[in-house]
Amino acid sequence: MVTLQLDNLGARYGRHEILSEATTPPIRGGSLTALVGANAAGKSTLFRRIAGQMQGAGFARRNGAGAEDLRYMPQDTEMNAALTVYESIILALKQDGGGWRLSASELGAVNDVLARLGISTLAERQLPELSGGQRQVVSIAQTLVSRPRIILMDEPTSALDLYRQYEVLEALQSYAAETGAVMILALHDLNQVMRCCMTTIALGEGSILATGPTLEVLNPAMIRRLYGINSRVERCSQGCPMMIVDGPAEGNRINV
Amino acid sequence: MTSITTDSPAPAIAYRSLVTRRIFILGLLVGLLVLSIAVDVSLGPARYSVADVLRTLFAPADADVQMRVVVWDIRMPMAMLAVTVGASLSLAGAQMQTILANPLASPFTLGLSAAASFGAALAMVLGVALFPAAISLMVPINAFLMAMAAALLIFGLSTLRGVTVETIILLGIALVFSFNAALALLQYFASEQALSAVVFWTMGSLTKATWGKVAVTAVILVLCVPLFARRAWALTAIRLGEARAAAMGVPVRRLRLEALFLVSLLAAVPVSFVGTIGFIGIVGPHVARLLLGEDQRFFLPGAMLAGALILSATSVLSKALLPGAVLPIGIITALVGVPFFAALILTKGRKAW
Repeated sequence: MVTLQLDNLGARYGRHEILSEATTPPIRGGSLTALVGANAAGKSTLFRRIAGQMQGAGFARRNGAGAEDLRYMPQDTEMNAALTVYESIILALKQDGGGWRLSASELGAVNDVLARLGISTLAERQLPELSGGQRQVVSIAQTLVSRPRIILMDEPTSALDLYRQYEVLEALQSYAAETGAVMILALHDLNQVMRCCMTTIALGEGSILATGPTLEVLNPAMIRRLYGINSRVERCSQGCPMMIVDGPAEGNRINV
Repeated sequence: MTSITTDSPAPAIAYRSLVTRRIFILGLLVGLLVLSIAVDVSLGPARYSVADVLRTLFAPADADVQMRVVVWDIRMPMAMLAVTVGASLSLAGAQMQTILANPLASPFTLGLSAAASFGAALAMVLGVALFPAAISLMVPINAFLMAMAAALLIFGLSTLRGVTVETIILLGIALVFSFNAALALLQYFASEQALSAVVFWTMGSLTKATWGKVAVTAVILVLCVPLFARRAWALTAIRLGEARAAAMGVPVRRLRLEALFLVSLLAAVPVSFVGTIGFIGIVGPHVARLLLGEDQRFFLPGAMLAGALILSATSVLSKALLPGAVLPIGIITALVGVPFFAALILTKGRKAW
């Protein structure tokens, strides 16, 4: 079982401190973990810090996974290279080293990740021809193809339609269950979080406010503290917890 | 798992056929290049038959002396210099476009050609040598030193913290204007004879080709290509965007500096030998991109072949257009190349630049 534990992680841009003393208990692999917080709370910074793209205080302790087992998927950006979807995924696989030749197992890994995410029919398409949503799923495929064991994804469903959101989250859930990987997703839709993520990390006030089982962390008080919103949790007809927004809370908004 | 798209049986099979197609296109480019070189060598003011020229090429000992000199010491160096210079400039442009994420980046648009012209003009107008050398080498050495200085200025600036790709491009454009202004000033004060020499130099020409120049450009290619080839996957990844490449573990900043240094060499030397041939550095890579995509395993050789082929074919045209005269190659590349290039871009109609 892979675990990831943050130990007093800090990050700053120049003099501006974005994150300090971010600490969590060991986050266990095998299911999805959500990272929630308001805009500019430092979610991307925390990811970049864990991925080693930024220097700073503290440690991200990996257990059962090396640095090469970690993959970070940044927020959606343009992809205007003259590459097919298939080529772009091979590319992600080949960054770990290896020569110009492609082995059968490498091609198999690409086929596998395409099928897993339901985008095999996109394989021959050129990247610039893709819609924003298709591009995002391709981006996820690039992230998963090397079968990483610690995965950080920055808003992986922001460009997807309702159906695709759940399809992709389901694919990610089954990936985590199969591989025992730690998967942390920065998400804005708290209903998605409640439906799919066992664990939630709440980021606010420049640090981690809570880490734990999703429904315990995302209580109305924490949601008010994070977003300045009054809310309650109810169950849908299938018994799934859903957050209902009642309106903005007075005077409780965090200044960021 | 449910899916809203139906899975095609085996994307890997489709990919293999794509690879086969690309290898075929590369082979085709090689074939066309060989053909173009053969035609190039057989054309010239002295009219020899193609058969005679080929016989001289493959059995020089049997040919008569005059023919051997014309074919081996005049035409072959020109034909081969077209190949090495075309390949170098195109490769330089291709990697500039890759690392700077800009379809307009090339030795020409980043000021290297303008700097070389200014350096050459310094020698021709004022007789200033930036480095003590024989008179015959003064012009190319001046051109090389100025081009290298411009490249190193860009290189130095990009090592500073917080300098973005856009800043580098803008600085390059500023360099173009500065050197062009300095060149115009030199021309304004130049004697008539020096003025015509400068104008002729800036038009670009292969007529001063020697085996020595072919060797120098070839050696630089041989040194640079393996270094790019080893980083093929990382260079391709940069085209997915800096953030994505960094997330894949590509040391973006270091790679950009290394590539920029190699590109400086690749661009400065040919420009100092043949003058301003601006077009190749932009068009060669774009032709390769349209034909082969941007996987560097194909794009890298493709860009070199496309550049070599374009310049070699241009050399043929420069001799064939006006019988008895050799038109400056820099003019032909633009005149003939632009319509072809525009047609290629407009008909392909892809959104990738």
